[in-house]
Amino acid sequence: MFETLTGRLGEVLNRLTKRGALSEGDVNEALREVRLALLEADVALPVVKRFIDEVRSKAVGAEVLRSVTPGQMVIKVVQDHLVEMLGKAQAEIDLLAPAPVPIMLVGLQGSGKTTSCAKIARLLSERQKKKVLMASLDVARPAAQEQLRVLGEQAGVATLPVIAGQMPVDIAKRAIQAAKLQSFDVVLLDTAGRIHIDEALMAEALAVRDAVQPHETLLVADALTGQDAVRLAEQFHKRIGLTGIVLTRMDGDGRGGAALSMRAVTGQPIKLIGIGEKLDQMEPFHPDRIASRILGMGDVVSLVEKAAETLEKEAAEKLAAKMEKGTFDLEDLASQLRQMRKLGGMQGVLSLLPGVAKVKKQLADSGVADKQLARQEAIISSMTPWERRNPKLIHASRKQRIARGSGATVPEINRLLKQHRQMADMMKRVKKMGKAGLMPPQGFPPGLMPRR
Amino acid sequence: MSETEQTEEKVGWLRRLKQGLRRSTGAFSDGIASIFTKRRLDEAALAELEELLINADLGPAAAAEVVENFRRTRFGKEVTPEEVREALAGEIAALLAPVAVPLPFLPQAKPQVILVVGVNGTGKTTTIGKLAQNFRKQGKQVMLAAGDTFRAAAIEQLQIWGERVGAPVVAGAVGGDAAGLAFDALKRAKAEGCDILLVDTAGRLQNKAHLMAELEKIGRVLKKLDPQAPHATLLVLDATTGQNALSQVEAFLGVCKVTGLVMTKLDGTARGGILVALAKKYALPVHAIGVGEAAEDMQPFDPLAFARALTGAI
Repeated sequence: MFETLTGRLGEVLNRLTKRGALSEGDVNEALREVRLALLEADVALPVVKRFIDEVRSKAVGAEVLRSVTPGQMVIKVVQDHLVEMLGKAQAEIDLLAPAPVPIMLVGLQGSGKTTSCAKIARLLSERQKKKVLMASLDVARPAAQEQLRVLGEQAGVATLPVIAGQMPVDIAKRAIQAAKLQSFDVVLLDTAGRIHIDEALMAEALAVRDAVQPHETLLVADALTGQDAVRLAEQFHKRIGLTGIVLTRMDGDGRGGAALSMRAVTGQPIKLIGIGEKLDQMEPFHPDRIASRILGMGDVVSLVEKAAETLEKEAAEKLAAKMEKGTFDLEDLASQLRQMRKLGGMQGVLSLLPGVAKVKKQLADSGVADKQLARQEAIISSMTPWERRNPKLIHASRKQRIARGSGATVPEINRLLKQHRQMADMMKRVKKMGKAGLMPPQGFPPGLMPRR
Repeated sequence: MSETEQTEEKVGWLRRLKQGLRRSTGAFSDGIASIFTKRRLDEAALAELEELLINADLGPAAAAEVVENFRRTRFGKEVTPEEVREALAGEIAALLAPVAVPLPFLPQAKPQVILVVGVNGTGKTTTIGKLAQNFRKQGKQVMLAAGDTFRAAAIEQLQIWGERVGAPVVAGAVGGDAAGLAFDALKRAKAEGCDILLVDTAGRLQNKAHLMAELEKIGRVLKKLDPQAPHATLLVLDATTGQNALSQVEAFLGVCKVTGLVMTKLDGTARGGILVALAKKYALPVHAIGVGEAAEDMQPFDPLAFARALTGAI
């Protein structure tokens, strides 16, 4: 489904790219597809409308018409605006308050509060060396308190001993008291899942909030949430007052439109994202990374942009010069491999290319590709500079030496050399195409793009 | 169960569903009212209607199709909000009617093995608890298998449900092999002559190949004892999930022959409109919906009630 949409979007944008100037009609046509892409990604409708209007006012006009490639400009405006709306600056958990700093987690049932609680506790205790106490206020779901206790053991974080039958507000007060006495830095309060329209449970959350005055109140929400995302974020924010959002299940194949919706209606930053079931799989949120995922359009243009950002300018220029001459040796391949890793490995690069969703999935499943990149780098490092510049001269005994040096096998070295030959061939083709002004074929490694 | 009890219960759940959905359909109904206060059904009105459907998580494609049907039958007519609601509900109910199939009971299976799968946090364990309660009420012998050996305290959670409803729980060690556990549970259920064996599984995102392979293994191992097992495989979907539900169904279908769906958390403001898109694409039976946390909040899927609640036509 997404593939076809991506394809369609790609078509429209491609058409734009080939034109010299943009009319309002062109922009509107592209934005209709962008609107669909956003809706398919579960961005809430009011947010989509606002977004489209804002992009239209930016895109139609001199800014675009004056640019050399209008199609790219539209994509860039869309992308930039998406990043802007997602929050440009990276936000962190704020601990600037007298210890113990109370942090409260709220959210719907099954959004991943308890797991996130343990993950955040681990993050704070390991990276920031904070002494953290966790307490479960979930007296509704069977065995919820037990779950947090077990997770605490796994994460090496203290949990408040459970007193059967105690009510949430009392547990919260007891947690703060215990944290003061035992000089903890942070108290994480995991609350029961509640639906934002359940008055009784919302009142309970309010009572807890008033009792402990949390310094941070984080909404834990599922990245797979649909249109309901705006309503739930709005309600939680209005009733309890949020200071940030934690998005879970970002490792799913959902496109995470909920991120945009929730950020837009609450104005609160997304502080952390959960990217796996293990306790160390929680990361800071990078708006730019999710922007293209929400659009699902993985355009080559942004790949070029990203490559240009990450590549050292010199390396790029050197490469351009080599391309002019049509030479491409193993030194270049090694620098390619390094740059690829900077771009987030094979997966990162592939997610930027259109029409490779399947390949990407297979890669993710195997987990092989990125390891291979590192291995190939190791092989090249075991060569002498002379060998790197003259790969044709690497014969059997040299191969054996390289294999010993890099811990690889001779067949692996052969594969690498073959790959290099293929890439060198491709370079020649690109050089010809570059002169004809064509885009390179799909799946082409970054940095090899002809530069305009 | 007596006749009156049944009616009472029916009223009870309808009321709950209405309550849950009414709070949410407030906006939807107001939306319809503002579009169609004695107004001609023109293009602008249809476009707004489409947006309202998208807002209910139908997804752009399904929303467009429903509106397209609507256009064919009613374009240009003078309509009132009530007419629009009723007609729209009828349209959606007609789409959903073929998938409203209760979970079949197979008395000869002894036990009928029901495997419950889904992504994390959709409410699998709670659904099992509720299903077990319903089966127990009908006087069936039920056994539960705590196949979620991964999540902390998942086994305890199921054990508490087992105690509540009076069903033995087969559990192993945390981190143990779920397939092996399912095998043992089936063996025991056979020996004890149970009617139903409900097998819980750990939540898994559908794009994690190794976890999906584990699910495949559970099915394979069960077949060693009973070639027909699992007789039913229920995919539990969260009503707040958006378009990703399509991807979930596709992936789980590919791995473990899902035979039916259960939609949970319909008591929120989420309307579960994705069911319409799912019915169109996969036509999988929707066996039950969850409208609350109590055991009796698990109810058969009634397409007209659902559609009316969705459009605010109650």
